[in-house]
Amino acid sequence: MLGHHMHHSNEQLIDYFELIFMLLLFTSSVVTYLLAVKKSNRHYKKWPRKRTILWLSGVLITASVFIGPLAERAHTDFRAHMLGHLLIGMLAPLLLALSAPWTLLMRTLPVKLARQISRFLKSQPVLILSNPLTASILSVGGLWVLYTTDLYRLMQQNSILHVLIHVHVLLAGYLFTVSFIYVDPTPHRTSYVYRMIVFIMASAGHGILSKYIYTHAPTHVLKSEAESGGMLMYYGGDAIELILITLFCYQWYRASRPRILNITKPSIT
Amino acid sequence: MSSEITRSNDSNRARYSARNLWTGLLFGLGVVAFIDETVFHQLLHWHHFYDKSTSNMGLVSDGIFHAFSWFATIASSFMFADLRRRNAVWLTRWWSGVLLGGGGFQLYDGIIQHKLMRLHQIRYNVDIYPYDWVWNISAVIMIIIGIVLLVRAQKDSQSPLGEAS
Repeated sequence: MLGHHMHHSNEQLIDYFELIFMLLLFTSSVVTYLLAVKKSNRHYKKWPRKRTILWLSGVLITASVFIGPLAERAHTDFRAHMLGHLLIGMLAPLLLALSAPWTLLMRTLPVKLARQISRFLKSQPVLILSNPLTASILSVGGLWVLYTTDLYRLMQQNSILHVLIHVHVLLAGYLFTVSFIYVDPTPHRTSYVYRMIVFIMASAGHGILSKYIYTHAPTHVLKSEAESGGMLMYYGGDAIELILITLFCYQWYRASRPRILNITKPSIT
Repeated sequence: MSSEITRSNDSNRARYSARNLWTGLLFGLGVVAFIDETVFHQLLHWHHFYDKSTSNMGLVSDGIFHAFSWFATIASSFMFADLRRRNAVWLTRWWSGVLLGGGGFQLYDGIIQHKLMRLHQIRYNVDIYPYDWVWNISAVIMIIIGIVLLVRAQKDSQSPLGEAS
């Protein structure tokens, strides 16, 4: 009895500690970005306000999945869980990537540190991780492992595992986004065709998994919740992919601008 | 002046002749898949998200085509903008591509995905045969018109007066 009680209050303590830690983390990430913008504006061209807004919304959306009412519901309701994963796995990474955090970081850090980071971005591990194929396996492959094994059930029972999986989804989603569209300095670039092929395979893997969830509810998930969760994953994924593909194509369109401008001018004979 | 511009479009579009066809093919495929999704799944609710007889191959095929068509619609729109920017649009070839891509996908969807892989049927609780026939015959008609346009575009480019069209 006593043991049970202690266990219970321990859990509560962990939850409480987690909440404070998360709040500190999210607040400091916003404050750091704002301070960096301020510093950058002193030395460089004014940092676009839309980027600051993108970072703010990315952090807010991430926070809403880790703490608050949606996070609470996600423990018992599979649809809320799926909405959360769409937000931290796809939408937040896109918003954060578009806010160009690495560019801002390089501008504001002391030269020596900035050089070290630049060296890190050029390193072998980053080369492997930032390849679209690795990023797809980590993100979409990770989801396959989560929903087709017992992992989803375990995650609902262990709060540390719960947080770790969320962090993985967020980081893998970010990696996937930046391996596909280039906003920040990207030393390891791959061709448009390669990125397109990998993207289509990853997106297909995402779609197939959503239909698989529709028919094979993960352990302890109600059939009706698995069905609407699967559909949410399918169509929600489509919506965010629409933005990603449009940005990707726009980057191609800009990069492939005709070099010889007089190609359309009639020759004078 | 205008004939000079036409002539220059001729030389540009000849250079981008294959890309005009490809842009159309991708766009046609994407648009047909998009209509399938919005009209038959969402508006009419004839198609089902999943039906119990769906085979695994059907799910994989649906996943790949769904992802591909989504990409194709957007990418081909940008490719079309690129052709315009290069003054290289060749509408006959583009349209032929649209009809071939759209008809080809509809035929694949109607025969392989609906019938062989049993992904889902066009509509439920009705006599399905008229629906299947209309679906597949309209696909064949699109393909035939696409081929006719392709042949016509080929003739246009070979005839010395082609630039007048």
